[in-house]
Amino acid sequence: MTTTYAVLSEGLEKSYGRTHALRGLDLAVPEGSVCGLLGPNGAGKTTAVRILTTLTAPTGGRALVAGHDVTRDPAAVRRAIGVTGQYASVDGDLTGRENLRLFARLAGLRGSRARSTADGLIERFGLGEAADRVASTWSGGMRRRLDLAAGLVTRPRVLFLDEPTTGLDPAAREHIWTAVRALSEEGTTVLLTTQYLEEADRLADDIAVVSEGRVLAGGAPARLKALIGSRAEVAVTAREELAGAAAVLDRLTGARPVLDEERLTVGVTVLDGGITLPRIIRELDTAGVPVTDARLRPPTLDEVFLRVTRARTARPEQEPAA
Amino acid sequence: MSTLLYDGAAVLTRQLQKARHAPALLILTQTMPITMLLFFGYVFGSALAMPGAEYREFLVPGLLAATAANGLMAGMFTAAQDAHRGVTDRFRTLPMSRTAVPLGQTAADLLTTGVSMVPLMLVGLAMGWRIETGLPGALGALGVLLLFRFATAWVGTYLGLLSRSEEAAGQLGGATFVLPMLSSAYLPTAGLPGWLRTVAEWNPISAVATAVRELCGNAGARTAPDAAWPVAHPVAGALLWSVVLLVVFVPPTTRRFGRGGA
Repeated sequence: MTTTYAVLSEGLEKSYGRTHALRGLDLAVPEGSVCGLLGPNGAGKTTAVRILTTLTAPTGGRALVAGHDVTRDPAAVRRAIGVTGQYASVDGDLTGRENLRLFARLAGLRGSRARSTADGLIERFGLGEAADRVASTWSGGMRRRLDLAAGLVTRPRVLFLDEPTTGLDPAAREHIWTAVRALSEEGTTVLLTTQYLEEADRLADDIAVVSEGRVLAGGAPARLKALIGSRAEVAVTAREELAGAAAVLDRLTGARPVLDEERLTVGVTVLDGGITLPRIIRELDTAGVPVTDARLRPPTLDEVFLRVTRARTARPEQEPAA
Repeated sequence: MSTLLYDGAAVLTRQLQKARHAPALLILTQTMPITMLLFFGYVFGSALAMPGAEYREFLVPGLLAATAANGLMAGMFTAAQDAHRGVTDRFRTLPMSRTAVPLGQTAADLLTTGVSMVPLMLVGLAMGWRIETGLPGALGALGVLLLFRFATAWVGTYLGLLSRSEEAAGQLGGATFVLPMLSSAYLPTAGLPGWLRTVAEWNPISAVATAVRELCGNAGARTAPDAAWPVAHPVAGALLWSVVLLVVFVPPTTRRFGRGGA
């Protein structure tokens, strides 16, 4: 079976004079999946989305969205996409309903179809109560839902969300996540950028870790985590026992344990799947180290991110986000 | 073409809805020239060599021309605000006509300007200003004013797209307040020192103000024999100025909308 890609970019570059926002970005987002571009501010995420949504022309490489080349056939791309981001926003001086009707009309829907599309989106996103108030008076969370709704007037096959929940409180964030998941279940391909590792972990089928205009590592969240290994942490009763515990963990994993003298814990990265929690406890027990607490947990995406960016200088990952 | 008109109408509707939600701004833009008419008409009018009543007759067309020239500020502000707030980029991601946005915006501006000139004219009539030439003259004057407004709104849109910041547009907007001062809108140019007189007479606002005076049969229509061409032939001059501004600024404005931000 061949995979069709909703978004495909090869060696995408964008330079502003001597500044290189993108330095050969490769992406392959299968149709119907959710891809998370994860990276800090200035990593090039927004530039990538601007190019893929035809807002900015690349200075090198090429990109296909829904099968159309973004530079050669931007009009076809625009018919297939929806965009929501800090730069593609709604008009705060209009009501929510007026906004959605305007964008529906501009998306090519005529008369009553523009009205019914707008009303349908208002209902879907639970914006009915505020719909006829001017959008600038809305709460941040509702405004973001309106942004998202405005991105859907085209019934897009590919939806781009640039930092969809930045600055939102947890409840509002959860609301957006639910909406994105529902869209994904309906078959919409979603490409979202985020600085929140939790967001990428919760929503994305695939994550592309982006830094300095390149994809440093890509894959399913679980695969990325496996790449980094699990984290074992044991707690002992006294400071003198830390060294003993560290020696055991060192022998077991071959990695360098980290001692925390305040919390009386020793932590270590576990790459070998055969090393289980019972085995760690058994080994410590045999060595006579009294353990008060022990756990083995998968790495957080924060750790993944730190690891990948740190490793980059020594050994850049070549894999695209597949 | 039908997409252009349909999308342009959608953008025009948007601009009118905005005006409906924020009527204060519309009222404010009307009170400004009326205040100036009263202030200049009676304060300056009492100190000028020209009799006060004649000066007020001279002044009303000047303020109408200045109001038309304000399309510069209006266009700039609208374009900069939309760019800054991300509305422009939302438009750019939609499968719509690129020319529709500036076209719809300038067309809406034309409608609101037409309406906002009415109170100014009414106050002018109350102060003794008359259209001596009947309906054809009135329509001619309105045509000249609205065409000039349309042209300056395109110039403003272009500058607003360049600046992309509401603050910069606001600052530049302040400068547009000075432009009518350097024209025959408020005072005759005959008494100005040579170089300043040249600048003022080549100022498009002078041609428009003089054209309205001529079309309405008001004082000040007859200019000095050595006046610059646009004010010596004010109607042709005003129309030509508007056409030149449109020819120069419409193509780069639509191109800029189409190209997208850097």
